[in-house]
Amino acid sequence: MSTETPDKPQTEVFLGKTDYKVIGTRPIRHDGAEKVTGKAIYTADFKLPGMLHGAILRSPHPHANIKSIDTSAAEAMDGVMAVITAADMPGLKDKNANLGEGSVNLLDLGSNVLAHGKVLYRGHAVAAVAAKTVHIAQEAIKHIKVEYEELPAVTWVLDAMKEDAPILLDRVRTDDMGKMSDSPTNVAKHIRFEKGDIDDGFSQCDIVIEKEFRTETVHQGYIEPHASVASWNEDGHLKIWTATQGSFTARQQTAELLELPVSKVTVTPCEIGGGFGGKIAVYTQPVAALLSQKSGRPVKVTMQRNEVFEGTGPTPGSYMKVKLGATNDGKLVAGEAWLAYDAGAFPGGVIGPGCMCVFSCYDFEHAKVDGYDVLVNKPKTQAYRAPGSTHVAFAVETIVDEIAEKLERDPIDFRIQNAAKEGTVRVDGLKYPRIGLVETLEALKNSDHYQSKLEGPNKGRGLGCGFWFNIGLKSSVTATVNSDGMVSLIEGSTDIGGTRTSIAMQFAETLGIPAEDVIPKVADTDSIGYTDVTGGSRVTFSTGLAAYKCALDIQDQLRARAAELWDCEPENVTIEEGVYSHNGDTMTFKELAEKASQVGDPVAGSATVSPDCFTNGFAAHLADVEVDPETGKVTILRYTAVQDAGKAIHPSYVEGQMQGGAVQGIGWALNEEYFYDEAGNMKNASYLDYRMPTCLDVPMIETIIVEVPNPDHPYGVRGVGEPPICPPPGAIANAIYHATGVRMTQLPISPPKLWKAISEK
Amino acid sequence: MAKKQVVTSNINGEEVEFLCKPQQSLLEVLRDELDLTGAKEGCNNGNCGACTVMLNGHPVNSCLVLGVEAEGAEITTVESIAEGGELHPLQQCFLEDAALQCGICTPGFLVAAKALLEKNPDATEHDIRFNLANNLCRCTGYDKIVKAVQNCQTQSKEAVSP
Repeated sequence: MSTETPDKPQTEVFLGKTDYKVIGTRPIRHDGAEKVTGKAIYTADFKLPGMLHGAILRSPHPHANIKSIDTSAAEAMDGVMAVITAADMPGLKDKNANLGEGSVNLLDLGSNVLAHGKVLYRGHAVAAVAAKTVHIAQEAIKHIKVEYEELPAVTWVLDAMKEDAPILLDRVRTDDMGKMSDSPTNVAKHIRFEKGDIDDGFSQCDIVIEKEFRTETVHQGYIEPHASVASWNEDGHLKIWTATQGSFTARQQTAELLELPVSKVTVTPCEIGGGFGGKIAVYTQPVAALLSQKSGRPVKVTMQRNEVFEGTGPTPGSYMKVKLGATNDGKLVAGEAWLAYDAGAFPGGVIGPGCMCVFSCYDFEHAKVDGYDVLVNKPKTQAYRAPGSTHVAFAVETIVDEIAEKLERDPIDFRIQNAAKEGTVRVDGLKYPRIGLVETLEALKNSDHYQSKLEGPNKGRGLGCGFWFNIGLKSSVTATVNSDGMVSLIEGSTDIGGTRTSIAMQFAETLGIPAEDVIPKVADTDSIGYTDVTGGSRVTFSTGLAAYKCALDIQDQLRARAAELWDCEPENVTIEEGVYSHNGDTMTFKELAEKASQVGDPVAGSATVSPDCFTNGFAAHLADVEVDPETGKVTILRYTAVQDAGKAIHPSYVEGQMQGGAVQGIGWALNEEYFYDEAGNMKNASYLDYRMPTCLDVPMIETIIVEVPNPDHPYGVRGVGEPPICPPPGAIANAIYHATGVRMTQLPISPPKLWKAISEK
Repeated sequence: MAKKQVVTSNINGEEVEFLCKPQQSLLEVLRDELDLTGAKEGCNNGNCGACTVMLNGHPVNSCLVLGVEAEGAEITTVESIAEGGELHPLQQCFLEDAALQCGICTPGFLVAAKALLEKNPDATEHDIRFNLANNLCRCTGYDKIVKAVQNCQTQSKEAVSP
């Protein structure tokens, strides 16, 4: 176990191996020095000779037909080298492309990058310019004349589901559990999951609570705006340097939209300034590429902050009706959920995982979930850290808290009694392997925070749980042993929060060498095997697994080399903690590496993996708040995050994920929202008005890492990045209830909203 | 468009003469004209602090300063924090305490935190949070950033006490 507050007694929950040499230590990250000196190259820092600068013209209307676009005045300007619209995108076709972790309709993808026929949200990209300076480009887009026919807009998910709602896309039909509807609609999909018999289930309950919830659109808020540099060569080969969570998916999306073979596109992932799910879909990459093709020069396209808010993919607003029932002895029996998530302007939001996650923390027999994917005149939504799960955790944790209160049960004991565990079948049919929710809740129960008293008026304590699947998917690594005994490790996973080091540590542990002797490098798409996105909390698990296997490959080669040097059979060479031995002769890894470099082939290894499993991460958070009844302002007094990490490879970065996720969830709970006027225009597209938490808004985030090893990973790793954003809204809403007696069912619980609710109590 | 003007400033201890258009911000000049890309652009309107540099001894959002305003000014950027091939103790603490994840906000935090500690070595946790509230970080939840600054304070005190 590791804890943020070593001076306070905490519970140790550790069920795995402890005698690691590298894993569980806290080495300085390999890319650290260049990131604290300003030397690290993010995409906006990257320059090519002769490079032009792009700017994107965006729709001022939330919904309109494009009658015409006249680019002639812009093209005639001094210094303007190219102007493009959707007409320049060859791959804008109504066909599905398989992107590895799901398929996408290219007409949807392409017309989100550059509007085709219609604009569907304010900020929708319409045209783009490349010019000699960014100032000329920004001036030139003002000279593109677009004739719009304005249409009524709809931004609230329930309004968009009405019969008479404005229709965004005539081609959309409802996929109603596999059956397609006949007429145009905004409801792109209806999903249903069922288990048991909910009527029977609810009839057994002594207490049933049903509530409606509403949440608003929120943005991932990464500090680095989207940026790409593209250089289209005369031989038809396209090179892109970009801020992306997945160089291979960026490559494929761009190739599909430009109708190029994937091998004709090289994507180099630069250092990335945050993503949280928002830097998987392409925005600037195809635009920069088309501008480069047309101008014959390299082009950089960088977004402004308002473009990031209005023109990229936030995560949806939602309406949720959730019902839970329990018996008087505290057993949850049945649950029902009706969930409508907005997809933004194109189908394919995060309703699927929302439906699968809604009851994911609890073990009860009867459940039914209906989910709807609904088009609205807002940016196409994208993943945001545990996409779809935070919404439902807010709803379920609120009701669970109320049931526990009504049954006069301790909120943790009630959750432990009903917690999902090994063998629990989720509503979508998945049966959990060994998971660590019970241990997580027990660790929270035994924490100094939970054991402490919270006293005084207007103060309250709340608890919330959360879940994320944590995926596997594909990863590749290669490695080369250098003559000085260090090892170069090449990987395809963009490093957003220290994964170079967490992967290098697993590699080092396996080989019995220090983490510092591994030189990890994230390579471009021509230099490493296919690797899926840095997302789904998969990298330390899946790319870590590839690194483990690659290390075994290297070890086998070195064992054979040692056997040659000692003139013995490889199986007679023993290896312990990086020391190779035979009959009393020993060589350290370094000595063997040096000798191996002098005779025989170079020692290089590789491994590819595609683990077909989920690593199932659970988190439980505890919040103490104080509410100012005069203003409705909520102050967080103390906050503790507990999570099952399986095995924390680098505990500091696990804590960092828990703390960062918690604070994003706190922002979602208390303040963040896309604020729309009646016409459907976002009114707060700046950091000042969107108002993410600053360091003055939050306390220290105490952390307790629980380690219930994942049976599907050699070191027991579970994904950790996503679960910690799920519990905060529920935990904080519950704390506010216990402080004020008011149950808040709409996010964000902003001061005006809370003040009104308290006043009306 | 207006003509470029010649501006002379002292940047990171060196007298620098550069050409700049009246509408260019100091951030643009640093990044695009002088290749000092350590200061980052996160919002270009003074909300995020990723572009923080020192201007005549005060931390400023360089996106809110015009390049031409830098005439005669003394500017220091993140690039000057490490000296003589050694990381500054604050940089070292940021690394040891894992105070960065993606790292895009880090240059701004380092400049702002260094300014704070030079002005107020005894800054309390509240002082630190108050003074760094101009800098947004979306990855860390701020915990480890505040702790890194506090650990740097502790180390500095230990270094001077006998």
